[in-house]
Amino acid sequence: MNGRSLSKLQSALAVAVGVLGLLGLVLPRSAETGLSDTPFLTTFAVLAVFSLRRFRYPLPVFFDGCLTLAAGIALPMSLVVIDKGAVGFWSLTAAGWLSAWLFVERLTASGRGGRWASLAVPVLFGVTLLVLWEVVTRGLNVPQVLLPPPSAIGARFAASLPILWADFQQTFLKSVLIGYALGCGSAFLVAILIDRSPFLQRGLLPVGNLISALPIIGIAPIMVMWFGFDWPSKAAVVVVMTFFPMLVNTVAGLAEAGRMERDLMRTYAAGYWQTLVKLRLPAAAPFIFNALKINSTLALIGAIVAEFFGTPIVGMGFRISTEVGRMNVDMVWAEIAVAAMAGSAFFGAVALIERAVTFWHPSNRA
Amino acid sequence: MAGGRTLPILVVVASIMAVWYVATVWLNTPWQLGVYEREGRAWTASDLVVDTMAQERPVLPAPHQVAIEIWQTTVEKKITSKRSLVFHAWITLSATLLGFLIGTALGIALAVAIVHNRATDRSVMPWVIASQTIPILAIAPMIIVVLNAVGLSGLLPKALISTYLSFFPVVVGMVKGLRAPEAIQLDLMRTYSASTAQVFWKLRWPNSMPYLFASMKVAVAISLVGAIVGELPTGAVAGLGARLLAGSYYGQTIQIWSALITAAALAAVLVSLVGLANTYVLRRMGARP
Repeated sequence: MNGRSLSKLQSALAVAVGVLGLLGLVLPRSAETGLSDTPFLTTFAVLAVFSLRRFRYPLPVFFDGCLTLAAGIALPMSLVVIDKGAVGFWSLTAAGWLSAWLFVERLTASGRGGRWASLAVPVLFGVTLLVLWEVVTRGLNVPQVLLPPPSAIGARFAASLPILWADFQQTFLKSVLIGYALGCGSAFLVAILIDRSPFLQRGLLPVGNLISALPIIGIAPIMVMWFGFDWPSKAAVVVVMTFFPMLVNTVAGLAEAGRMERDLMRTYAAGYWQTLVKLRLPAAAPFIFNALKINSTLALIGAIVAEFFGTPIVGMGFRISTEVGRMNVDMVWAEIAVAAMAGSAFFGAVALIERAVTFWHPSNRA
Repeated sequence: MAGGRTLPILVVVASIMAVWYVATVWLNTPWQLGVYEREGRAWTASDLVVDTMAQERPVLPAPHQVAIEIWQTTVEKKITSKRSLVFHAWITLSATLLGFLIGTALGIALAVAIVHNRATDRSVMPWVIASQTIPILAIAPMIIVVLNAVGLSGLLPKALISTYLSFFPVVVGMVKGLRAPEAIQLDLMRTYSASTAQVFWKLRWPNSMPYLFASMKVAVAISLVGAIVGELPTGAVAGLGARLLAGSYYGQTIQIWSALITAAALAAVLVSLVGLANTYVLRRMGARP
């Protein structure tokens, strides 16, 4: 494929972009002011109509990139003038979305760009989603309570950094990290303790598997009663939530070292502990890291939900529940953004450590 | 027996029960001592053990207290009564099942799109993974309140949270499963000049069944968690989550524990039902058990 001939899906998208662009050019774009708005939107509409020329004369992928970029700039910019979108505005929004789709479709089909393209495609998808969210919420005048536009969330985020930081400290740095370390650490120790007893393993594994599937989050009110309102009760919930996935995975991982390798260790006259440290723990590392990754998101969820059952007046879960009550939905979304970033960063950090520790594993060598 | 799994599991369960009883006595002793002191009566060790297991609002209820509470609120109450656990469990279960069904359907649809279209694969897949780093359970209350404000109330908002949680394992599992056929099998289909739809229904779909059921086990368990958390902000009206919240407001520990055990039993039943469906379907497809 030379990257310029279009598949069926791509042709359909291209036609749709052109037709919707034409509609946006002639139909009223704003309920009050008709066609008069920023020159950006007109430029995008003209470009979209111009793209219909591709059926006579092939246009490069680069052109679709420019078209998408123009849509991404023109649509949010025109919202300064347009208060409430009309038919023309929405057909241009649809044209912008379809042009982004067409661009991604052609970018992946051309197979060019290598690493750059494989990074750009998901980023482009995310940005498209954000722009559409902004355009739809503001163009339709969706009430703030229902879904605030990303720009409002960003503004609220920037304005209330101290509060967000205090909540982050309370929930993430205290409850999550301490609970995570205690839960994973104690499960690891228990797994090593029962390692020498196959009887206990056979009994504990099915029970542990069952408990991992249970709604452990329900113990939150009990923990709040036992350990009080402050962070120890949240850490306790996190400990219980992270314990069983870690236990089950570590026990499974310790059984992973092969017969041959163990025999080799025996011919070296290695003792139990030497075999454990030099052979079986490294062999168990992929399983252990799997549990650590699962637990990194579980821990955050556990801590936040536990705060719904009673907290001091700080913490991410507390903030979410009170701001919902006051209908400050943009603050809630700012808190969600913090949680998502903290969760992704935590997961990413564990994944990086995994890469460094288990560099020998096939999944990391590709 | 000792070589199998039954005895070890029984021993472990029995020891958990033993630890629970010891903990009951230990945790409830301080309050009980206070009671004795106020009443100014002498007590023996056996009195203490009996009394700590019969408190009305214990720090930790004994297993038999929880069992009695469950018996009273399931069998002895009418199902339509607001105090019946069956009534609350059914409300949670219906939200769970609805969410699970929508989530599974959505997950399969996304997986089919991802497997058949490279652009979808490369643009959507990273965001499917990223979507799960958002602690949805944490924003569940907001979603419920907001949807209530729009006029959507009752079953659907809770089910939507279950959907969000349960679609993820299904997408990941089904993408893996639909790609499980080996190159040589796909080549054979090509020599038959099979269409994409034929390859899908005759090769990819049957091949993905074990993956589908494995993901569905995870999905149904997580759906239940979603439904329970979704019930927390509704002002403790109905459902197992509402029972938990009401119990924690009024210090009714026995009620919390009985709701918790019921939820656990529900999860176990749901997961094993999916397991049974798995064995049945695979056997019908001619797999050796």
